[in-house]
Amino acid sequence: MTALQVQWVAFKTIVVKEIRRFMRIWQQTLLPPAITMTLYFIIFGNLIGSRIGDMDGVDYMTFIVPGLIMMSVITNAYGNVASSFFSNKFQRSIEELMVAPVYPITILLGYVIGGVVRGVMVGLIVTLLSMYFTDLNVHHLGVIVAVVFMSAILFSLGGFVNAVFATKFDDISIIPTFIITPLTYLGGVFYSISLLPDFWQGVSQLNPILYMVNTFRYGVLGISDINIYLAFGMITFFIFLLGGYSLWLLHRGTGMRS
Amino acid sequence: MVAALEVENLTKVYGNGFEALKGINLKVEQGDFFALLGPNGAGKSTALGILCGLVQKSSGSARIMGYDVNSDVFNARRALGVVPQEFNFNQFEKVQDIVMTQAGYFGLSQAKAAVNTERLLKALDLWEKRDSISRMLSGGMKRRLMIARALVHEPKVLILDEPTAGVDIELRRSMWTFMQQLNKEGLTIILTTHYLEEAEQLCRNIAVINKGEIIISTSKRALLSQLTTETFVFDVKSALPEKLEIDNFEVKVVSEDSLEVTVEKGQSINLIFTRLTEKGIDVRSMRTKSNRLEELFVGLVQEKK
Repeated sequence: MTALQVQWVAFKTIVVKEIRRFMRIWQQTLLPPAITMTLYFIIFGNLIGSRIGDMDGVDYMTFIVPGLIMMSVITNAYGNVASSFFSNKFQRSIEELMVAPVYPITILLGYVIGGVVRGVMVGLIVTLLSMYFTDLNVHHLGVIVAVVFMSAILFSLGGFVNAVFATKFDDISIIPTFIITPLTYLGGVFYSISLLPDFWQGVSQLNPILYMVNTFRYGVLGISDINIYLAFGMITFFIFLLGGYSLWLLHRGTGMRS
Repeated sequence: MVAALEVENLTKVYGNGFEALKGINLKVEQGDFFALLGPNGAGKSTALGILCGLVQKSSGSARIMGYDVNSDVFNARRALGVVPQEFNFNQFEKVQDIVMTQAGYFGLSQAKAAVNTERLLKALDLWEKRDSISRMLSGGMKRRLMIARALVHEPKVLILDEPTAGVDIELRRSMWTFMQQLNKEGLTIILTTHYLEEAEQLCRNIAVINKGEIIISTSKRALLSQLTTETFVFDVKSALPEKLEIDNFEVKVVSEDSLEVTVEKGQSINLIFTRLTEKGIDVRSMRTKSNRLEELFVGLVQEKK
């Protein structure tokens, strides 16, 4: 068996294991985002949204749905890799991989694809739920698919780096709580940045999540606060940056080898 | 024939400056059953950790079946199976999934993985537990699960780091039989253990490591031939006097019905029975105070101190 064949089987094994893990605990992984997003749709979309009126030319519910879907994809992709990889480190079952002839790139791809699958699956669940509250259009399917997958990859990589450095379970909740959630809320999920004063519009443009949310919204509604080519460029750049860094960490065995 | 394991001038200095290995050299031939013995903190686990990729060496080299563990990681790891000291599997997964997953990490096809998993779980009396969540297993079952996992990819060399720690005597003996069978089939086994009886029973060659240095690496026979004295415990029927002397033997009365006699190499044990009979002492049973390897081990490690 060639090295490439071994890597392919190992990659499939990691992905299957990851999917089996989050499906086994679906009450913790798939159900909560479905409930939370349904509450968002009811409270912000139906109850408050009806008083807000239109946003960027569409009703408020229709405006927030793409952002909420993207928020689900991002947080679940991140959370899956961070909690799974850290849990393996914590239980020392990561040693099963470390003693096997599995290349760092294979390990990284396996975990990242696991995160992407969960992110996309939760995104689909939220999309289906949103269809009960509003009619969803597809303005540009290619943009939708590309931005969902690329954002899920990027945040899976982020979750991986977080897990590598984490030494206790608190460490994998700090970044989602204090960085990702605020950036998502301030990333144009609930409002168009055109409502902000010029200064805060400028500050908002430093928020990478703004680009993902707006690109996805462009794919669905055809409206965006930002240039989507710039958005794809930024996401690609950060994927390579975090991907390279993650591989370097794996080669060094940071947080895994003594 | 290439050695199963060859270690040259291997050193490990941890970040805090602690020198865990001070340039050790080891050679284990294919088909050997080899024991690496040493007190706690001697460097055994560090050495084994370097071989299987869990610890980064500071300098030196290590080869498994001729493959360098650093420059030919792929082949070195395929040749090696590892049973670590601590439980290191996912506590929430099923027994069968743990073994199958490990087979996947080594590139085995689903069909081959399933066959090997069934064979090993049956051989290790875990087949009935294949759908159990691993954390529900007893300590002995968990140890056997790690052995099954380490063997699923059919390695050429197996490292067992304290494989029978916390395992009851009956199970330990059945595991010995299993390991001896594997060795008979050609698997090279490298064992660390605190049960010196285990090493004496199973291994052909032994190395003793202490404070990061190999004190001795030789055959068990050669090592045991260094033993100059052996202490026997005699349990007797009648009450013993407080002090007892037997010509040419060092005697210590331990209790009113038990005494220890130190026998030097070449002395006849029959003579002790004769002397005791002459003194009207009836022997009920006799045993060695500790196993022979244990006496040597203590001597070697204390010499080093």
